[in-house]
Formats: sequence, C-alpha cells, structure tokens
Amino acid sequence: MDAGLARDLYFRMLRIRTVEEKIAELYPEQQMRCPVHLSVGQEAVAVGVCAALASEDYAFSTHRSHAHYLAKGGNLKAMLGELYGRVTGCCQGKGGSMHLVDRSVGFLGAVPIVGSTIPIGVGAAFGTLLRKERRVTIVFLGDGATEEGVFHEAVNFAVLKRLPVVFVCENNFFSVYSSLDVRQPSTREIYELVRGYGLESLQGDGNDVEAVYGLTKAAAEKARAGRGPTFLEFKTYRWREHCGPHYDNHVGYRSEQEFEEWKARCPVARLKQRLLQRGLVAQQDLDGVEATLTDEIEAAVAFAKASPFPDPQLLGAHLYAP
Amino acid sequence: MTRDLRFFQAIHEATDLCMARDPSVYLMGLHVPADPKGIFGTVSGLQQKYGSDRVMDMPTSENGMTGVAIGSALVGMRPIMVHQRIEFALLAVEQIINQAANWHYMFGGKDAMPLVIRMMIGRGWGQGPQHSQSLQAMFAHVPGLKVVMPVTPYDAKGLLIAAIEDNNPVIYLEHRWLHNIFGPVPEGHYTVPIGKARTARPGRDVTIVATSYMVLESLRAADLLARDGIEAEVVDVRSLRPLDTAHILGSVQKTGRVLAVDGAWRSLGFAAEVLALVAERTYGTLKAAPQRVTFPDLPSPSTPALAQHFYPRTVHIVNGVRTMLGLQEVTEAQLGIQHETPLDVPDKAFTGPF
Repeated sequence: MDAGLARDLYFRMLRIRTVEEKIAELYPEQQMRCPVHLSVGQEAVAVGVCAALASEDYAFSTHRSHAHYLAKGGNLKAMLGELYGRVTGCCQGKGGSMHLVDRSVGFLGAVPIVGSTIPIGVGAAFGTLLRKERRVTIVFLGDGATEEGVFHEAVNFAVLKRLPVVFVCENNFFSVYSSLDVRQPSTREIYELVRGYGLESLQGDGNDVEAVYGLTKAAAEKARAGRGPTFLEFKTYRWREHCGPHYDNHVGYRSEQEFEEWKARCPVARLKQRLLQRGLVAQQDLDGVEATLTDEIEAAVAFAKASPFPDPQLLGAHLYAP
Repeated sequence: MTRDLRFFQAIHEATDLCMARDPSVYLMGLHVPADPKGIFGTVSGLQQKYGSDRVMDMPTSENGMTGVAIGSALVGMRPIMVHQRIEFALLAVEQIINQAANWHYMFGGKDAMPLVIRMMIGRGWGQGPQHSQSLQAMFAHVPGLKVVMPVTPYDAKGLLIAAIEDNNPVIYLEHRWLHNIFGPVPEGHYTVPIGKARTARPGRDVTIVATSYMVLESLRAADLLARDGIEAEVVDVRSLRPLDTAHILGSVQKTGRVLAVDGAWRSLGFAAEVLALVAERTYGTLKAAPQRVTFPDLPSPSTPALAQHFYPRTVHIVNGVRTMLGLQEVTEAQLGIQHETPLDVPDKAFTGPF
C-alpha cells in the first residue's frame, strides 16, 4: 500500500475515533436527545470499505452509522446538528443519530431496524443496473442482520440478478447484549453460510484497515465490471455499550479480559504503529494532525450547539414528497 | 374517445400507458409475467411488450422485494409491485410501514419514494380467512402512505396513473369482485386526483359513505330506498388516505345523517373513523345517530353457508338507513331482491377457482 493512502486511512480512522470519543464525552450533558450507537473500536471496517469506493458509489447503513457516514464523506456538522436535533442536521432534526443521510456523497440512508436496509441497498443496486449506471452499492450490516429473513431474501436476489453490490458484515459478536454463540451455531462461520447462495464470500480481519481496504477494492472492482455481488465478513469489536456513551463490561454479558484482548488490537493504534515503523510518518506530523482534528470537531460541536431547533411548522412538513 | 372497459382492462391500460410514457416505470410481482391468466388480465402481454427487465417475476420474498422496490425508487425508478392477495403483502409490512412510509419524512424530505403496491382483496368461493381480508384501515392508519380504493373502471385507470406518477408510496387496493365490472373509460392519459372523494349519487336525506365494492351495494340500496321516497347520497371515498374530509362533511351537513359502509371489520376501522369525524365536526346538526354497516369482528369463514351471513349486502344498508329514519326494517323478500347468482361469487359468469 502506498504511503499516501496508508496515511489517509489512518487520519480518517483517527477522525472518526475522535468524533466518537467527543460524542461520548458530551452525551451526558443531555443535549443530544437521541440514542447513539458508537463505533469506537470498529473504525477500520468503515474506513477501509469507504476508501475503496468512489464518491458516486452508494452506501446504506444501520443504527451504528456514524463511522460509515463520516467514512463515506458525510458532513460532520450536519451529523452533529442531527444528533443535537437541530434544523442544520442532515435530516433537519427528524432522524437523529440513527437516520443519517448525505446524497451528495452517495450515503443514501441508515435505519435502526436490523436488516432493513439490506434489500433497499440491493434495490438501489438493481436500480443502477436498470439505469445502466456503473455504480457500486455497499450494504453495511451486522452479524445479527444475517439472522433476519430479509437478509437471505436480498442476497438471493442479488445473486440471481448479478447485482453490483457488496455486502459488508461487521461481525462484532453482539446483537445488543446477546452474543453470537446464543444466536448462531458456533461450528459455522457467517461467510461460509452465505457462500451457499452462490456468491464469493470472504472473511477478513476487521481491525486491519489495510486488509479491509484490499478486500473491498477487489469486490468493488468486480461489481463494477458486471461480475456480481460479494459478501465480506469482518470480525471486529464494539468497545462501548450497544447504545450510549459508556463502557459496560461490568453488566456481565462479556468479560473484561475479552474486552482488553480486543482493545489491544485497536485498529487506529495498529496502523499508527505500522506507519511509524515503516517511516511513513513522523511523530510530529501526527501531533499536528491531531490538533487540527480537535479544532475541526470543536468547531462542528459549536456549530451544532449554536444551530436553531426546527421551527414547529416543520412538524407537518415532509409528510409527502411533492 | 370514451368506451366501456372492464375494471381489469382499465388497470392494464393505465399500466401500459405509464410504461410507454416513462422508462423508469417497471412492474414486478410473484407470477406477474408467468400467470397464464395475467393476474386477472391486468398485466397480460406486458412482458412481451416491455421485456423481462421491466415486467418481472420475483422470488417468493415479499419483504425483501419490497425493499428492492424501495431502493430502486430511491435511485430513480418507479416500481409497481403486485400482490395477488393482500395477505401476501403482510409479509412486507416491515418494509412498507417502517421504511417506505417513513423515508421521506425521517430523512427531512431529502428523498422521494415513488412506489405503487397493488394489493387484491379476495372474497367468496371459499377463500377463507387468509385470502379475503380487507386491511385498508391497517394501511390507511399509517402517515406517509397513500391508500386508494377505486370502484369504477374510470377511477381504476385514473387513480392508477396518478399513483404511478405520485412521488410517494401508494397502496392501490383492488377488490376481486370489481375486476369484471364495466364502465366508461377515456382513451389516453388522464388522472383522478388522490385524496378526492366522489359523489356517486346525489341525495338529500342521508349520506352513505362507502369504500370499494361496498359503493356498488350502497348504490343498489339507494335505488331501493328511492322507491320509498328516501333520497340517499352515496359518497365514494376513493382515497382513504389522504381522506377528503371536506367532501364527507359537506354531504353530511346537507343531509344530517350518515351511514358508513365499509367492507372490513367494524371495530377501529374505516367506518369507525368516518363516524368519529362526523361526530367531532357536525355534532349538534345531526338528525340521527350515525350508523355503520361492516363485517362482524370475526375472521371470514370459508364455507358459503357461513360466508353469506358474514358479508353485509344491500339489504343491510337499506335497513341501516331505515333505522336512522325511524322506519321498520325490511327483508330481502319485501325488497324484492332475488339472488340469481350465489352469494359467494361476484357474477353469473364466475365459476372459480378464484
């Protein structure tokens, strides 16, 4: 991987990490009055995938969408405005954290009903095919979504029509508090199950952004060339609670030891170390970037907090499209 | 030029016309191209004309395929999805209600959702509790959806064209007993606006607000009532959401009486909505307590022996009106109604299996 790209991946991950940590810090102020599902620990999947895409490619996401949105190029101010319920938010305050959208960068939407954007993403890919556009559609999903019927319905159709879609499964082992081993047989890997549908299905290290980038790049090029869908499973780990800003290792559904093992594999720190080892960056470069990021995020938070709430008249607006 | 067409032909003509006008319109549904009867004739020959990309069969995956329709609509297509029975659409309620209905609103008006879902309401011939449910109230309850129920072939065509051209999800409900009725239909493009009711018959004594097939029963009732000098106004609502409340209230303010007739369950349904609307907005000017004629709150039975006691008919509407006027109830024999066709089929030509 060339130096420029590797550095770019690192900065993108660091930016998302810093934004998410800032949200966690500010959330207790009670001003962000919507559920938040933080991606701390999972940044490599979002960044590795989106860096392998073109701006006009489409992406759909889930309840845990901040990282996907930012990685795809979504507007940070519009995201924070949305979390704060302000009219400057990407949905004018009508969506909240779980409904991010930015059509200008191909981020077509996120919803919190597990699995529901999978067929919608497949439909977008179908639409682009009917319209003879050469776009790739990425569908982000979690391990829990592979238990939903609609996932299987959508994959079947994507294979049937050889659609230009890449399914990206972020396997973080938990559906809220239910671990994978109570939901799926431990003798089976998700990507192996999916392979039965007749598409290429691969597994990669979800905490290694360069690996994620490489697999996605190949899958996206294949899709763009008209050679059909791919399923990519990336194992990774959610550091904080399912919903909210806190750590929750004390509640008993996972062990402190497991958490620490995954934390030791932090995707951001890992790439930083590699960059330093390879001599691709110097420590002072990184310090400079970190300061710039902090400024950007402080400014975005200030923008969101200073933005007005939507006028009450907006309650009745947007029921129907004109 | 206007000529008489059957309801199913009007649907076919609307679809054909919209597909010819707009290459982004496409049609999908289980058996849509494969059904030798062309989904009651409504899609016959369209695949031959427009190809298998635009008229396509689909996997037996109602929810997933509704998501596909939604996703394609987001990127510029205008899908029409067909369910031969409304019950099949229930497998897709997650996508219809959570996603299609909310999408435009929850993303702050960023996207349009031009999607039509045709659903057919069955009745009779032993179709029973999972092939003859009338779930208009369930869909019409949801903000963000539009729900239409055409009765005449004219409206079947005009409302379907309007639905296809609408930038929102429209549930288009077809009653199986309407597919073969005749009526005048203009050639070419025209629309019937979604959200506008129609006075199917003017009258001064009572307003009958009816949906779908029950409009025809209500018109028969109005004819019989007229023999006794009672002039019933029949309002065909056509759209349940948005509902033309002004039209309904205008009629009720004129007549002072309202009977809601809905081919669906009684409790918490469309007829209940009409009565609530009238009670809220015209209380004090009513000459009689509002009434409703509906199905009983029971699953629909399969056997014709019980089905004939389940579905309300002309006589029940006549008696609903007579009760409001303080008149004695009458029997079908007294009204001179003779059933030349069995009560579990729409017309004499019908020999099943649907």
